[in-house]
Amino acid sequence: MTVALTPAPSRRRGSGRAREALLALAMLAPSIVILVTFVLYPLGRAVFLGRQRCDAQARNCRTNGWGQYVDIAKSDEFQHALWVTVKFALLTVPVGVLLGLGLAVLADKHLRGVRFFRTVFSSTVATSVAVASLMWLFLLQPSRGVLANIDWLNSLFPVMKRPGLLNDPGTALTSVAVSSIWANLGFTFIVVTAGLQSIPRELHESAYVDGASPWRRFTDVTVPMLSPTLVFVAVVLTSRAFQAYGEIDLLTNGGPAPQDSTTTLTYLVYGSSSVARSDAGLQSGVAVLLFLVLLVLSALQLRGLGRRVHYGNE
Amino acid sequence: MATVRLDSLTKMFDGVTAVDDVTLDIDDREFMVLLGPSGCGKSTLLRMIAGLEAPTSGVVSIGGVAVNDVEPKERDVAMVFQSYALYPHKTVRANIEFPLKVRKVPKAERAAAAEQAAAALGLTDYLGRKPGQLSGGQRQRVALARAIVRQPAVFCMDEPLSNLDAKLRSETRAELVALHQRLSSTFVYVTHDQVEAMTMGTRVAVMHSGRLEQVGTPAEVYARPASVFVAGFIGTPPMNVLPAGLADGADDERSLQVGIRPEHVVVDDSSSLRATVTLVEQLGHEVLVYCQVGDTRIVVRGAAGGDPVARVGDEVGLRLPAEHRHHFDPATGRRVDR
Repeated sequence: MTVALTPAPSRRRGSGRAREALLALAMLAPSIVILVTFVLYPLGRAVFLGRQRCDAQARNCRTNGWGQYVDIAKSDEFQHALWVTVKFALLTVPVGVLLGLGLAVLADKHLRGVRFFRTVFSSTVATSVAVASLMWLFLLQPSRGVLANIDWLNSLFPVMKRPGLLNDPGTALTSVAVSSIWANLGFTFIVVTAGLQSIPRELHESAYVDGASPWRRFTDVTVPMLSPTLVFVAVVLTSRAFQAYGEIDLLTNGGPAPQDSTTTLTYLVYGSSSVARSDAGLQSGVAVLLFLVLLVLSALQLRGLGRRVHYGNE
Repeated sequence: MATVRLDSLTKMFDGVTAVDDVTLDIDDREFMVLLGPSGCGKSTLLRMIAGLEAPTSGVVSIGGVAVNDVEPKERDVAMVFQSYALYPHKTVRANIEFPLKVRKVPKAERAAAAEQAAAALGLTDYLGRKPGQLSGGQRQRVALARAIVRQPAVFCMDEPLSNLDAKLRSETRAELVALHQRLSSTFVYVTHDQVEAMTMGTRVAVMHSGRLEQVGTPAEVYARPASVFVAGFIGTPPMNVLPAGLADGADDERSLQVGIRPEHVVVDDSSSLRATVTLVEQLGHEVLVYCQVGDTRIVVRGAAGGDPVARVGDEVGLRLPAEHRHHFDPATGRRVDR
């Protein structure tokens, strides 16, 4: 009797499980559809296109094999763009993090009128890249720009007038970086401010009673407690620097030519004066390589910086 | 010498008075407990001693020197916070060494002092751990070790036992008293828990609404409460306070509020004060009988296994022996000695 009875519940359990799996699949379907349509399919299509040479519309393509990725990676254009991108990140990320941290620490004081400064410091988060870039374009424009026409400034830096900071191959990338740092400052400021406010007040007070100077409290309490926030900001800013496009397109068009001193990897993909512009296959190839670079970089950042980071109750 | 003197100390926050004209002398090596309900100003008072808040008016003196304008690190005080305020990214050793490190004490000396403090609090095995890997009781010890490591003249403690469970709390109470005796420093200890105040303090300063209600030894505060507030705050259950005219007595007594401890109320059916029993609590070692006289509740404490216990709904007579009565002015709430 017992033997005969045992299979029945297990069959019921089995069919129940299948029904549960079906239900789970049905509930997941909307997310899966969105993920496949907007992330997985374009990614797969880009990887596939990256092995081909095509026209600009990707209509007439011929396969060039996986070797095309190696060819792109070895090309002078790609390596130059990668170097420009790395320089751009090195210019924007450390300065951006330090400035955001500095402003957030300054505005974290309980002083009269500090709300006004908090609003001002965070305001760039509401400014689009296009607006920020146009603003800097107007400021730096050699003949009429406000900054370019401050007498003592342009006598100190003649390049501001002739040919103009954005038109000189030596200063163009730095100038775009300044605009990018400015545009990202609001984001950094808000995130770091939130991080600062989550540090228990007693930690500072305890260090204060123990005799720690303001600098000591900053290095021994604020920075370690803020480390997860700072790593997060650094990763996001690096990723943004590697994907910066709007400011380069609006401010320098990847130039000034002929050195292409502001042609970053994203500009190499989309840019109106990019050499890859007329070939969807090459564009995809560069984009996929950029994806790989960013993937490796983010992993390295999280691993490398992560070791020195304190996350909550460890 | 580390006497602490608070002279007419007042602290206001945005027009709200947190501490109101408090004058208090704390002797050298005393264990002074600041006791009161939440928001009574006791923590603010402690923070003014530690130098974390500046008084609006009045003077804080430590060791006979006014310290209003002295930075906390120059005051020779250590503070233990309710949350322990341990640095979560530092090891136990680094936490304990931190006050010495910022004072630029040489490394070897620092390590020896930290090990000694850790040994005194049974933390030697945990020196390499981070606070997140410790239990609440161990974290509390680390906070204490960090406070004792530089041998300050005054210890300020802000409800350091509140985050511990009941068993650990009672164990740590005894350890803190032993620590106080060993260190022979001045302790200023803030709590809202009257049991902590009664068991640990050499003197207790009871605060209410920013003001000092009474300062005295635990026995004095219990036996001769200076106000209705102190009478109602100290003792479990607290003193019964009867409105003027409810208890029998001479004419001048009938115009005063009468207070009497639950253990002093006698159930006596010949008494004219009639009450209805509303609740009987058997606590094992004692029995608490809650009685109602009009709008007034009177609690009677009796030994378990003594007289037959009253039952809910019984009408009983209550006698309030004259020698155990306390009298308070109904207008001011202050004690009146007849």
